[in-house]
Amino acid sequence: MAVQDAPRTAGMTALQRAPAAAKPARRLPVQKDWPFWAIIATQVGILIAIIALWELGARAGIVDGFFWSQPSAIARTFYIFFTEGDAWTDISFTFRSTIMGFVIGTTAGSLFGLSFWWSRNYAAVVQPYIICFEAMPKLALAPLIILVFGLGIVSKVAIAIALTFVISTLTTYAGVKAIDPDGEKLFYSLGASRWQVFRKLVAPSCLPWIISVLRVNIGLALTGAIVGEFISSQHGLGRTIFYAGSTYEIALVWVAVFVLSTLAVIMYAAVSWLESVLRKGTKQ
Amino acid sequence: MPVKVHLERIGMAFATPNGMFRAVAPLDLRIETGRFVSLVGPSGCGKSTLFNIIAGLMQPTEGRVLIDGEDATGTIGRVGYMLQKDLLLPWRTVLDNVILGMEIQGKPLNEARERALPLLRKYGLSGFEYLYPNSLSGGMRQRAALLRTLLFDTDVILLDEPFGALDAQTKLQMQEWLMQLWSDFRKTVVFVTHDVEEAIYLSDEIHVMGTRPGRILETIPIAISRPRLRTTALSPEFLVIKERCMSLLSASGPALEAA
Repeated sequence: MAVQDAPRTAGMTALQRAPAAAKPARRLPVQKDWPFWAIIATQVGILIAIIALWELGARAGIVDGFFWSQPSAIARTFYIFFTEGDAWTDISFTFRSTIMGFVIGTTAGSLFGLSFWWSRNYAAVVQPYIICFEAMPKLALAPLIILVFGLGIVSKVAIAIALTFVISTLTTYAGVKAIDPDGEKLFYSLGASRWQVFRKLVAPSCLPWIISVLRVNIGLALTGAIVGEFISSQHGLGRTIFYAGSTYEIALVWVAVFVLSTLAVIMYAAVSWLESVLRKGTKQ
Repeated sequence: MPVKVHLERIGMAFATPNGMFRAVAPLDLRIETGRFVSLVGPSGCGKSTLFNIIAGLMQPTEGRVLIDGEDATGTIGRVGYMLQKDLLLPWRTVLDNVILGMEIQGKPLNEARERALPLLRKYGLSGFEYLYPNSLSGGMRQRAALLRTLLFDTDVILLDEPFGALDAQTKLQMQEWLMQLWSDFRKTVVFVTHDVEEAIYLSDEIHVMGTRPGRILETIPIAISRPRLRTTALSPEFLVIKERCMSLLSASGPALEAA
């Protein structure tokens, strides 16, 4: 006992020799949560402050009203845009091209991704092309797409498809590759056909992967539609922004950006809702 | 008793960069109808390869698989095969998972469900029928997977370490449960395990396997009368068999691993 005790006591004294005052007891940092209304009130307060400073700055000549416009002018333009302007035509044009691009691009891309399950050789042959297309900045193709598909809505949809297609393909293909080979084994041991394995195992397994790109794709589809409108279009919020910018109607730029953001938020919320519904269906 | 499954000079070899690798030496194995037969052996003795061959998921390089005297080499859907993992589909309820085999065989869903429901209730899954697998415990998931295998109406079922991942307590319960199922359904069962005691407790016959290449070292009949009690594991005849198995396994190479 004594022999064992000796080094322990030595250690103790070494510890005790350290000056106690050098290391004050530290408490777990605690963060107090604000009530919900306080958060909201602060957020609204900040927004009002920014708008007020902007307006006052523009009136006092600190902010250049020609380049930045000012909230009162923007509000006036907003009113005119909706009462006398093409607001609803533009919103509907941008909305339709985004949704069509989103639906077609996501569906076709996912089906293409699923198709790789059918043949390893086919997947191996096609894959480099997909990766090249993925790496390519698709927006660089936009002028060409406009030339081919014309000034109407088709070219905007085509650009939105170009942006959403590949990411759906690659994500779905990742889902296909993640399928447990033992799952396939189980199906085949039950005497399943290729088609049964595809329908009852492969497609449902990939569904969560497909769902996971929906939110990204709605943003991409919107970007595609807007860029198409920038380049050449007769309608759409993108065209409004581009046109207002080139004629120095900065207030109208702000109005269109605001409307566009609202549209984006609404579509994003809708897709999030769709996602939660689908996820409930897949139970994962 | 008639032979249900006959592995006739079955052998398996793979081409590797260092030449041919022999996974299974040509071996002969006869499994009689209605018997519970275990394959026990260390990792890499070719148990899973044999299962894949019997299930038609792998083509043997030599020999034939005869089921009821008929050549079934390389044909799928002839035997029920339960893999180590439960492989329950997370987007289907327990009931719809269990009927997967019947569904694939083209049986109408309603009929399949009607057939499965009473069995789920009888064999300890009552109350879980309409739940999704993610809310089931490991033991319950194995039960569902086993019922799925049984409901795929084949005379032969292959069980590849079904209880390997369960805790000791659950494992014992599952063994009892399996015995009940087996005596109710009277299927021919081929069971793979690492656990010698489990094999002896459950089986009519044990084939002890060795590695490099995979082969059957010895076939040991278990003549202990049924139904067997837990205390059977302490009886002299049980211990003699256990000792024989252990010595065969330890002589054959790498020690037994925990499953």
